[in-house]
Amino acid sequence: MDLFEYQGRDLFERHGLPVLGGGVAETPQEARAIAERLGGKVVVKAQVKVGGRGKAGGVKLADGADEAEARATDILGMDIKGHTVHKVMLAETADIKEEYYFSYLLDRANRTFLCIASVAGGMEIETVAEEQPDRVAKIAIDASKGVDEAKAREIVAAAQYPAEVAEQIVDIAVKLWQAFVAEDATLVEVNPLAKVGDGRVLLLDAKITLDENASFRHPDHEALVDQSAVDPLEQAAKAKNLNYVKLDGEVGIIGNGAGLVMSTLDVVAYAGEAHGGVKPANFLDIGGGASAQVMANGLEIVLGDPAVKSVFVNVFGGITACDAVANGIIQALALLAERGETVTKPLVVRLDGNNAEEGRAILDSANNPLVQRVDTMDGAAERAAELAAAGK
Amino acid sequence: MAIWLTKDSKVIVQGITGSEGSKHTKRMLAAGTNVVGGVNPRKAGTTVDFDGTSLPVFATVAEAIKETGADVSVIFVPPAFTKAAVVEAIEAEIPLAVVITEGVPVQDSAAFWALNLDRGQKTRIIGPNCPGIASPGASNAGIIPADITPAGRIGLVSKSGTLTYQMMYELRDIGFSTCVGIGGDPIIGTTHIDALKAFQDDPDTDAIVMIGEIGGDAEERAAEFIKANVTKPVVGYIAGFTAPPGKTMGHAGAIISGSAGTADAKKAALEAVGVKVGKTPSETARLMREVMS
Repeated sequence: MDLFEYQGRDLFERHGLPVLGGGVAETPQEARAIAERLGGKVVVKAQVKVGGRGKAGGVKLADGADEAEARATDILGMDIKGHTVHKVMLAETADIKEEYYFSYLLDRANRTFLCIASVAGGMEIETVAEEQPDRVAKIAIDASKGVDEAKAREIVAAAQYPAEVAEQIVDIAVKLWQAFVAEDATLVEVNPLAKVGDGRVLLLDAKITLDENASFRHPDHEALVDQSAVDPLEQAAKAKNLNYVKLDGEVGIIGNGAGLVMSTLDVVAYAGEAHGGVKPANFLDIGGGASAQVMANGLEIVLGDPAVKSVFVNVFGGITACDAVANGIIQALALLAERGETVTKPLVVRLDGNNAEEGRAILDSANNPLVQRVDTMDGAAERAAELAAAGK
Repeated sequence: MAIWLTKDSKVIVQGITGSEGSKHTKRMLAAGTNVVGGVNPRKAGTTVDFDGTSLPVFATVAEAIKETGADVSVIFVPPAFTKAAVVEAIEAEIPLAVVITEGVPVQDSAAFWALNLDRGQKTRIIGPNCPGIASPGASNAGIIPADITPAGRIGLVSKSGTLTYQMMYELRDIGFSTCVGIGGDPIIGTTHIDALKAFQDDPDTDAIVMIGEIGGDAEERAAEFIKANVTKPVVGYIAGFTAPPGKTMGHAGAIISGSAGTADAKKAALEAVGVKVGKTPSETARLMREVMS
């Protein structure tokens, strides 16, 4: 889960890291109140999870509460690269003398964590790495040792931060690592880490990603979810413990296993090229033990998407036997009928693997006019794409 | 013969008394796996009956190894306890630990991997979030269905469970030496490269199927490894060509970050070193069929 900047600022503050005073507002009136509390000049910043907001006009200075309210009015509701601004952060302004870069992140290739530190901040680190590679230090972190004072000194030396800020950054590096671990983050990026007029070093921006697998030990992280960005179908699926991602096509997809479902999306997209460009409407993995109940829940979510014109159920019976899956599909349709939902969209079902013959026989004898059986994945994708194109 | 798991492997199950652990212990036994016991400190000293096979429960992995000579542990404990279970397996120096559990925090995986490194990598870790490893006709450690394919001479390494099963099924007339599901998490113990190396060195494997998916650069690094080290034919498949950036597709590791981790980049890297990459699972099977004919 990616956090907004204001959530990152709050998180840093909670972990004793030096940040500027700030607050978040959803209305111009709230913005005014925060500006009054902060006093004097403030910066009003659009809260979007995408880069380049400054260039898009999403960051403005304001002198006093009146101006803050006016700037918030301008920025709230703006569209920045497809992201609507629902919130603005107001923060105290700083007299920035120098800008640096600092981050901790997951290093998948080396199966550990990495610190990236640079004296060149305030711009994209990828650009710095390309144009001035000698100004970007990458320091591997041993996950079993973490970042203590000695490691922090190693980082500060490698990054060649100026001597007058070295002690402050050592302290920041240690505390930031503690926050990274305590919150189960996979990324904390501070850009810029800035030296201001009075000599202090402050964390002036925050880009944080938290590990959703660790949510069981962070009940407080649930409150950080941005409800305005959650797709209603994704939300409904999550409530039913289904692994669903909304996409923008017309062929609803249900399958078992993340890899097989990803593969199904691809095969449907290829098939769609010959059928007016229809595409997969969603990713839905119903997992290994697909009961009738789970299948019904899945179908309900997928059919709840008005863009869906046909559904492709793609199951490989590994541990789950295909006869159980076939019964599940038939019962799911009956369950949906009981719930008062009339299913009118065609279902293409491909069953293969464990007890596939029995499963296919069950589908045939149920003789439901909406259910079409195709026995190969490629053939079924073709049929589902064709039906979706016809239903458009 | 096979890689890492053979008919002589002695398997224990951490979490043998849990619902998943007991369900799959039964399946592993039915597949002919030599399961010799389980671990659960709260039920140490008892035995568990699986359709007539009575298995002892030990307090620790170390004790289980001492009493049974176990050399493989399959771990079926919930995410909150997985780190402790893997740490215990590493400290007991079991040669192979197969971590089935899905949903393990990545900092926990990084921690047990770092411990394993510190201790000289005496334990091969497969997973987490994986279906395990199967050497058809010999042994099965994990949840891969044992009856899909008989033994044969294809080696398979895959990030995905069901795609593994699909490929085993499509090529069941040829058969497999060993199928390894390495898992879909961002940090995993055994990589494509480890499996490629083992299959290259395995006299009973003639060709290798490698299944990848979006996220990270493991497939790109595997391509470099193939170029320098693998002389046996390799056929590849990548899932997630149409996945949008920034969305996690089921597996915690399956996410395109910015422009990194795309299926197109992985396919191009593999093809550049002479690996034939199928557009669909069935085309991939067809390519392997040509290699083996």
